[in-house]
Amino acid sequence: MITLSHYLGLSAIIFAISIAGIFLNRKNIIILLMCIELMLLAVNMNFIAFSHYLNDLSGQVFVFFILTVAAAESAIGLAILVVLFRNLKSINVDDIGTLKG
Amino acid sequence: MIALPELKPNKMTFQAIVFYVFASTLIISALVVITARNPVHAALFLVLSFCSAAALWLLLYAEFLALTLILVYVGAVMVLFLFVVMMLDINFDKLREGFWRYLPVAATVAILMLAQMLLLLFDRSMRLVSAASPGAPAPGVSNTKELGRVLYTDYLLTFELAAVILLVAIVAAIALTLRGRKEVKTQNVGEQVRVKSSDRLKIISMAAEKDEPPAPVSPPAA
Repeated sequence: MITLSHYLGLSAIIFAISIAGIFLNRKNIIILLMCIELMLLAVNMNFIAFSHYLNDLSGQVFVFFILTVAAAESAIGLAILVVLFRNLKSINVDDIGTLKG
Repeated sequence: MIALPELKPNKMTFQAIVFYVFASTLIISALVVITARNPVHAALFLVLSFCSAAALWLLLYAEFLALTLILVYVGAVMVLFLFVVMMLDINFDKLREGFWRYLPVAATVAILMLAQMLLLLFDRSMRLVSAASPGAPAPGVSNTKELGRVLYTDYLLTFELAAVILLVAIVAAIALTLRGRKEVKTQNVGEQVRVKSSDRLKIISMAAEKDEPPAPVSPPAA
């Protein structure tokens, strides 16, 4: 019998894995973006599980909008990454310090 | 679809088997994504994790979103990732320097967060969490139709805002990566449209020329 807590626990595990991934791959922007996608996947799974178990369609509408925004985010992020690589010849996070922030 | 009463317990166990198979696939592929040496492998395992997540969403009767996840993420976003990974000439070994150095911190933070979330989940006072599945929707109810009805009535403004966000994303991505190369001869459409007739044709006023009779040529001596 699969209950709501199974889905919530699964998405908690995925979220924790992607947090560990952000710590481990702190130099590689591409993998960082992939970890953010995994986090969004975990959040979306929470929304869909709640939507099913509470019989409320609003959760799925939220997932729809999260997917839209996430697609826009990764498109712009990868465009920035390409421009960055063109200028710096590197995607190492350590090299992105030209703003001296 | 005919519901046979003796199939009911089997269906439950079958759902459990499907859940555990796809959940373990999802967890293992997520672990490979964060530890893969080659970013191409990471992207491909991210595709696998999206596919198993879509299967889990199908188990939750969210058919439209499961297929959207596969179409949009696996079909578009991950292909974009693979394009970028393969297009850029990067020394990935240099980026992995000190990869395991932050493992204790990463493990501590991740396990702490996971423990907190699971403690909340398995708290006895939250009876909602152990709620049983409401089961399949009534026959004839389409998830896509219901979602579309809600989306075009209650969430219409949000839906239009999402469209604007996508438009802004297109404009931003093109504007960021567009560059005018110096060594290539290209047409500048803006300049071509902006051109005036005075740039092409110059009319100068000059004195009218007199029509002089040609000088009489003496006939050659015979």
